[in-house]
Amino acid sequence: MSRPELQAPPEIYYGDTEAKKYTNNSRIQQVQADMTYRALELLNLPPDEPAFLLDIGCGSGLSGEILDQEGYIWVGVDVAPSMLEVALEREVEGDLFLQDIGQGFGFRPGSFDGAISVSVLQWLLNAETSHPTSSPPHRLTRFFTTLHSALKNPSRAVFQFYPSSDDQIQLITSIAQKAGFGGGIVVDYPNSNKAKKIFLCLFVGSGGSTQQIPKGLEGDEELDAKVRFEQRRHREQRRMKGKRKPGRDRDWILKKKELYRKRGKEDVPRDSKFTGRKRKPVF
Amino acid sequence: MVRLITHNLLACHAKGCTSNNFPLRFENARVELREAEFNGDFLQGFLPKIEWNALVDTAKQLGDTSLPPEQPEMTDDEFLKNLHHVLMEIHVEEGVMICPNCSRNYPISNGIPNMLLADYEIA
Repeated sequence: MSRPELQAPPEIYYGDTEAKKYTNNSRIQQVQADMTYRALELLNLPPDEPAFLLDIGCGSGLSGEILDQEGYIWVGVDVAPSMLEVALEREVEGDLFLQDIGQGFGFRPGSFDGAISVSVLQWLLNAETSHPTSSPPHRLTRFFTTLHSALKNPSRAVFQFYPSSDDQIQLITSIAQKAGFGGGIVVDYPNSNKAKKIFLCLFVGSGGSTQQIPKGLEGDEELDAKVRFEQRRHREQRRMKGKRKPGRDRDWILKKKELYRKRGKEDVPRDSKFTGRKRKPVF
Repeated sequence: MVRLITHNLLACHAKGCTSNNFPLRFENARVELREAEFNGDFLQGFLPKIEWNALVDTAKQLGDTSLPPEQPEMTDDEFLKNLHHVLMEIHVEEGVMICPNCSRNYPISNGIPNMLLADYEIA
């Protein structure tokens, strides 16, 4: 699997070309939408209560559009200006910020009812400069501590991300715990190579009743949810070839004429033995 | 697209700037009004999170004086309508946000504030 986070820092990797992909490529959109819905599900917000959410790494606003649809008010942050430009073009409802999450947030304590993030955390795991504030543990610590204070108590934050090793998961969860979060990793479809998705599900406070880590989805990926290649359609088409199309025969014509007469249309030709008859091949 | 709802949550996050860093002051702000859907339940739920004085002051800066100087105990429809207008419909498109403590500038262009810090400003 290619790892974009190893190629360049996010604000450069998600330049104009990559940002364009997120508007034009329906597969990317589908994958992002699925993960956003799942993240919202894991967020487990009380139904019918308009919540105020933080979208971390909102990018071009694909997840934001879904948040709009679901009726949430949200704020998005991203580090790539090109992606934010696309988000502006899509006219999403949320407020957008150009911000490096590894530098921490400046939001007041208890601002948000929850946070979601799709395919972002892995970008924090690379050091781009040798400056001490650029080391992954420092950036993660800064990110999780400021996020923890920005969320209200109790609430949840759900991150979908692509770790490249177990060490990375270990690093992320340990730093999140130090920042005060509870929770852990949820793995969807652990036995599938393609559909496997890893979510970090963090809790702020327990609020009396202990929050349970949700279970990952098991079994095979739902096949019905996607459009598959259908051999059947081709077979059907081949079978139908050569057959005359139904309709437009004598009965159909008579029915139509009857209908027109009923509607009072003038000059409807009268019926005769020639109605709907085929012409001879030689004219 | 900096609405006052987000501005009311935003404090300076530069290194060493931990007190008196809220609210950020607008300067050279170009305001745009955009209608948004009214959601009374959301506003009710959001009321306790608001720093009222900061909101009223900022609204005044931007030329809106429809809010009472004290947060009223009871909320009626007209108050919620005004609050909705101030929180959700006033967008700052261009300008600068300035931290009252360390005077750091956060420029807003195209409605997107640039919150990126330089290496030495990161806590």
